[in-house]
Amino acid sequence: MIDLDTIKLSNAQIAWRAAQDIEDGAYVNLGIGFPEMVARFQPEGREAIFHTENGVLDFGKAPEKGDEDWDCINAGKKAITIKPGTAFFHHADSFAMVRGGHLDVAILGAYQIAQNGDLANWSTGKGGVPAVGGAMDLVHGAKRVAVLTDHVTKKGDPKLVAACTMPLTGVGCVTRIYTSLALIDVVDGHFVLREKIPAISFDDLQALTGAPLHTDGEVIDLICPEELA
Amino acid sequence: MDKTLPSLAEAVAGIPDGATIMIGGFGGSGAPIELIHALIDQGAKDLTVINNNAGNGHVGIAALIEQKRVRKMICSFPRSADPRVFTEAYLAGEIELEIVPQGTLAERIRAGGAGIPAFYTPTSYGTDVANGKAIGTFEGREYVQERWLKADYALIKAEEADPHGNLTYRMAARNFNPVMATAATVTIAQASKIVELGAIDPEHVITPGIFVNHIIEVPNPAQEEVLNREGAVYP
Repeated sequence: MIDLDTIKLSNAQIAWRAAQDIEDGAYVNLGIGFPEMVARFQPEGREAIFHTENGVLDFGKAPEKGDEDWDCINAGKKAITIKPGTAFFHHADSFAMVRGGHLDVAILGAYQIAQNGDLANWSTGKGGVPAVGGAMDLVHGAKRVAVLTDHVTKKGDPKLVAACTMPLTGVGCVTRIYTSLALIDVVDGHFVLREKIPAISFDDLQALTGAPLHTDGEVIDLICPEELA
Repeated sequence: MDKTLPSLAEAVAGIPDGATIMIGGFGGSGAPIELIHALIDQGAKDLTVINNNAGNGHVGIAALIEQKRVRKMICSFPRSADPRVFTEAYLAGEIELEIVPQGTLAERIRAGGAGIPAFYTPTSYGTDVANGKAIGTFEGREYVQERWLKADYALIKAEEADPHGNLTYRMAARNFNPVMATAATVTIAQASKIVELGAIDPEHVITPGIFVNHIIEVPNPAQEEVLNREGAVYP
């Protein structure tokens, strides 16, 4: 059995790979937590504009500790800053941007992704306090809906599955999946493998994936910088 | 016309038991902490509270829940850095929860203020949240019917107010406040500063005074995040 921990991409590397696909001028929403890391790896010479659900477009970096202004936060309730170009707006306008097709890319985390693009990322279905936030809105409306995720769960079970067993966030909404082992598109109800890390074979990757991996042309080596700040 | 009231206590005095109250804010940003605390002092109970979240720490909405005044929360995300007050009440079956996706929550409130009883949205189609709701097909795609959301009262936080109730907001503290101001029978706004008529450039008015019933000046309003870092508990 391969030791995934020694070969898999770090979260920073997954975020770096996702950032390479964000074109100059794109309007982008990054989910709370792991996806927020994508903003750190914008390629030189490209300017993406980031949207946060609570009503800010084109915000700046986090302030220094002690300089926080708690009227200026992102959807994760973390302090942000303004910069030339920042816009504030109310919540109904914010979600008009989301549902109205004005965002180019939304990047979210996931519990499970099905081969037809169904996403489960808001509830494990095991009780506790349910909380959905803006995820169900974000998966509809953005031109591309991408997911960042470990390829398998902590127990080693596939997160890319034939059909989701957890409560759905959205139906047929995911277009691209960046995992710790591969880059996979959802096309016509199938997982299509575009890139994989060289250290894993196609067969081993398939064994870690809960539905058939298709190919459509060459599978490219997925190579990320080793050191990412 | 002057919508200014002299005190927070007077502003919330008329809120009865059983009222439905929209409270502005996203987390602590834009949360009218002083108005919420005045409502706690006033004593109204069996409230239905509409907010994006369900309180953090032991101040603001969390304090209102901790004082057992809230019968039901309508919100998108009842989690926070310190969600214990809501979580314990919910798991003990002491408080009802209606989870609404965040954009649907904003749009239901907008619809309530705009006189639109129902609308269709792609959000939540095919999920548990859509259970029991009407589905419509438009241009080959399925949408979920959602109903307007209105309230008896809205408690909101503004930056500047003039005597007519024209309001501005500060940075991302705007969030749900302008839409909630439109959707309640009585909208009560606390403002960091009440300025004279004409002092707000008409081009900069975000909430026109027609949506606002009462204003109260609360200089240097508390920030929930700061109170929580200090370990504050209300009352």
